[in-house]
Amino acid sequence: MAAPHPDRWIRITPQGLYCEPGDFFIDPVAPVPRAVISHGHSDHARPGHDAVLATPETLAIMTARLGEGRAGHSQQPLGYHQPLTQGGVRVTLVPAGHVLGSAQAVLEWEGSRIVVSGDYKRQPDPTCAPFEPVPCDVFVTEATFALPVFRHPPIAHEIGRLLDSLRLFPERTHLVGCYALGKCQRLIAELRRAGWDRPIHLHGAQAAMCALYERFGLGLGELRPVPRPARRGETVLPGELVLAPPSAEASPWARRLADPVTALASGWMRVRQRARARGVELPLVISDHADWDDLLATCAEVAAPEVWVTHGREEALIHALAGRGVRGRALHLVGREEDEADPLDLAAEPAA
Amino acid sequence: MSLPAFADLLERLVFTPGRNAKLALLRRWFATQPDPDRGIGLAAIAGELTFTAAKPSLVRELVATRIDPVLLAWSHDYVGDLAETVALIWPAPSPPPNRPPPDLADVVETLELAPRGEVPALLEGWLDVLDPGGRLALIKLVTGGLRVGVSGRLARQALAEWSGRPVEEIEEVWHGVPPPYLPLFAWLERRGPRPDPKDMPVFRSPMLAHPLEAPDIAALDHTAFRAEWKWDGVRVQASAGPGGRRLWSRTGEDIGGSFPEILEAMDFDAVLDGELLVMRDGQAAPFADLQQRLNRKVVGPKMLRDFPTGLRLYDILFEGGEDLRPMPYDTRRDRLEAWFARARPDRMDLSPQIAFVSLEQLTALREGARAAGIEGLMLKRGDAPYLAGRPKGLWWKWKRAPLSVDAVLMYAQRGHGRRSSTYSDYTFGLWRPDGQGGRELVPVGKAYSGYTDQELVWLDRWIRNHTTSRFGPVREVEKHLVLEVVFDAAQRSARHKSGVAMRFPRIARLRPDKPAAEADALETLMAMIESASG
Repeated sequence: MAAPHPDRWIRITPQGLYCEPGDFFIDPVAPVPRAVISHGHSDHARPGHDAVLATPETLAIMTARLGEGRAGHSQQPLGYHQPLTQGGVRVTLVPAGHVLGSAQAVLEWEGSRIVVSGDYKRQPDPTCAPFEPVPCDVFVTEATFALPVFRHPPIAHEIGRLLDSLRLFPERTHLVGCYALGKCQRLIAELRRAGWDRPIHLHGAQAAMCALYERFGLGLGELRPVPRPARRGETVLPGELVLAPPSAEASPWARRLADPVTALASGWMRVRQRARARGVELPLVISDHADWDDLLATCAEVAAPEVWVTHGREEALIHALAGRGVRGRALHLVGREEDEADPLDLAAEPAA
Repeated sequence: MSLPAFADLLERLVFTPGRNAKLALLRRWFATQPDPDRGIGLAAIAGELTFTAAKPSLVRELVATRIDPVLLAWSHDYVGDLAETVALIWPAPSPPPNRPPPDLADVVETLELAPRGEVPALLEGWLDVLDPGGRLALIKLVTGGLRVGVSGRLARQALAEWSGRPVEEIEEVWHGVPPPYLPLFAWLERRGPRPDPKDMPVFRSPMLAHPLEAPDIAALDHTAFRAEWKWDGVRVQASAGPGGRRLWSRTGEDIGGSFPEILEAMDFDAVLDGELLVMRDGQAAPFADLQQRLNRKVVGPKMLRDFPTGLRLYDILFEGGEDLRPMPYDTRRDRLEAWFARARPDRMDLSPQIAFVSLEQLTALREGARAAGIEGLMLKRGDAPYLAGRPKGLWWKWKRAPLSVDAVLMYAQRGHGRRSSTYSDYTFGLWRPDGQGGRELVPVGKAYSGYTDQELVWLDRWIRNHTTSRFGPVREVEKHLVLEVVFDAAQRSARHKSGVAMRFPRIARLRPDKPAAEADALETLMAMIESASG
């Protein structure tokens, strides 16, 4: 008997992807009885589920961000490559290379295999385990940067541009906007690797997640809070690096910094108009998502005859896959893209 | 060094709003790049490198052979700019070619010599070995679309800072040395003699005036000064001689191309200082008319007929080969009048000197200076030589009192650089009938100066607390806050929704005490528009 096609046992529901025989959801957007969570970004890890299955790192991140008791009434940690069976469905978590603890959910039932990859990247990242391609019948992928104009340069190149700017403007603070979970720690690790051994200063919003990464054994070097100026009107931290949420540069908080060079680390910075709209002086093309080439290469490696696209620029990816003999399907999942929201949609700023 | 280094420089310049930061980037370019690349890069940035080896359509054709048309169309749609789309999307061949990226000089020299038919293959070969930044720089360079917000003046300022030579000295040789400026760099690095421009027309840094403030007036010995009207046009330097004719802006940009009728009239051997104005029957037209003529590459016959320009002369720097700048103003004025009587150039007249016997009389003249085309008075010391820059106490500009309206704050935008966390640019409006029996606010101008630091802080907080909606870096605010806006003149404008444009609007006072309903009406501002006649 032929193995059942995944569309017979995986359904698209308003809450997200639902595995019928296993009776669980993957990254549901609303509270459900049983959820498998791919990683800790809030568009994937929502509060209020009854039972949550995820890697120990992801569970720790969820608890830190959502608060005790809101990250699943019961939590079940599952390490990478340790299969577990739920309602006849074999569930294995495999590294996705996106952020600490990020996982692809490999689901197998009656000889049929679907891989729900969550968000992922293929570039090396010293703060998380690298993506592992798993051959499958259906590969579920994101498409955040699915246009051929999005090809991320090697991160060392962008870190080099940041360090070069620090040398050229030693009297100016370099304020790097970056997402608090994943991007921030990856930047710090890469800066350390490139030889920046001075203290790195953090906006309050970045500190907790850095501490969590360090508890999982990822040394980030000396991190300090951003001090207040001694007197009104004075500035602090000339020639130093400050990491902050992307919106902080527009807030009054930033006025304490010495004539800051405003940088922003995001895949969207590849396009000039996006950088200009944000008023960024030093756009850094650094992303935790797969770029166009890596999306196509990954789809080829897992050799799935069918690819489901969760969110992003699905039409371009599906068009390109069709040219390679792969059937594509847009799932139109809603509520995605927390960490790399299109900057033109990010006009909203924090109140202070 | 190579094209990628130039691409890095462009990338930083494009996104850097601050003048000091731009200067720092340029200084480093001069210090670290070898000849001739640094000079070619400088020429490209300063707009001195005019070459259009390829049209944008060629770039489009090249990429179309390599990219799926559907993906290309979606990508172009998303990115907006074709050159940038191609730079980002260009697929590197596999395996990558084993060649280094080209030097800037290679690209420029090769394209100058190459037959047109070979240009596509050359471009493809270079695009294959460059990264996206390098590809964008290459495409912008060869299609002539390089715009990085660096003026020639700023580039020369950077040369001055880097070399330690005064910018005025650099100005005087700059236009006599063609790219890649090898003798210029040799001189700046003390490796060679000062380049001799010979007969080539070069720019002489103009003498500038200080604004006359109340304490200066009290100390002024009016008998030592001569008075002229301050014209509301564009300060220019007309330089003509055996080596050619040039019309320079105040900052040394060559603007002759936009004013062919002036160039044609410069049939003399002299360097003159004066005001460029739209003139009809010897009368200066409002600045808005001159604006029609600025920054135009092509000037059609209709433009020339409807907005004819002339030059109102007020100083002479050279006559023949003779440098008159060390002479006192009075002597130069005599020389100017004598020269003018002999030469009688078309489209030019003399800016008259205004007779006065007392400071009171001058004050009255200034108060009465309401004719269009006049901004106030100029006071120049009779014994002052013509000195580059802004020497104190020799030339004063005494602008007439500004006009003012009470307007309502409508929108605010964050500034750049130091002000990127502060709402510092304000769009304000005045009342007009809405056609349904009520009134509505219509935006009339934008100001980003005039306030004190404390007022800026107050405004920023007020704006954050009274925001009604946001569009990117712009906030719309509740229409409650009245601002007293002062400006130099009001002019009719078809480009503005309100039909009127203000010259140099700035915030004079915040009026939180005044209800918005009591702000001025648009018709108040319209009544301030001046006619062309004096």
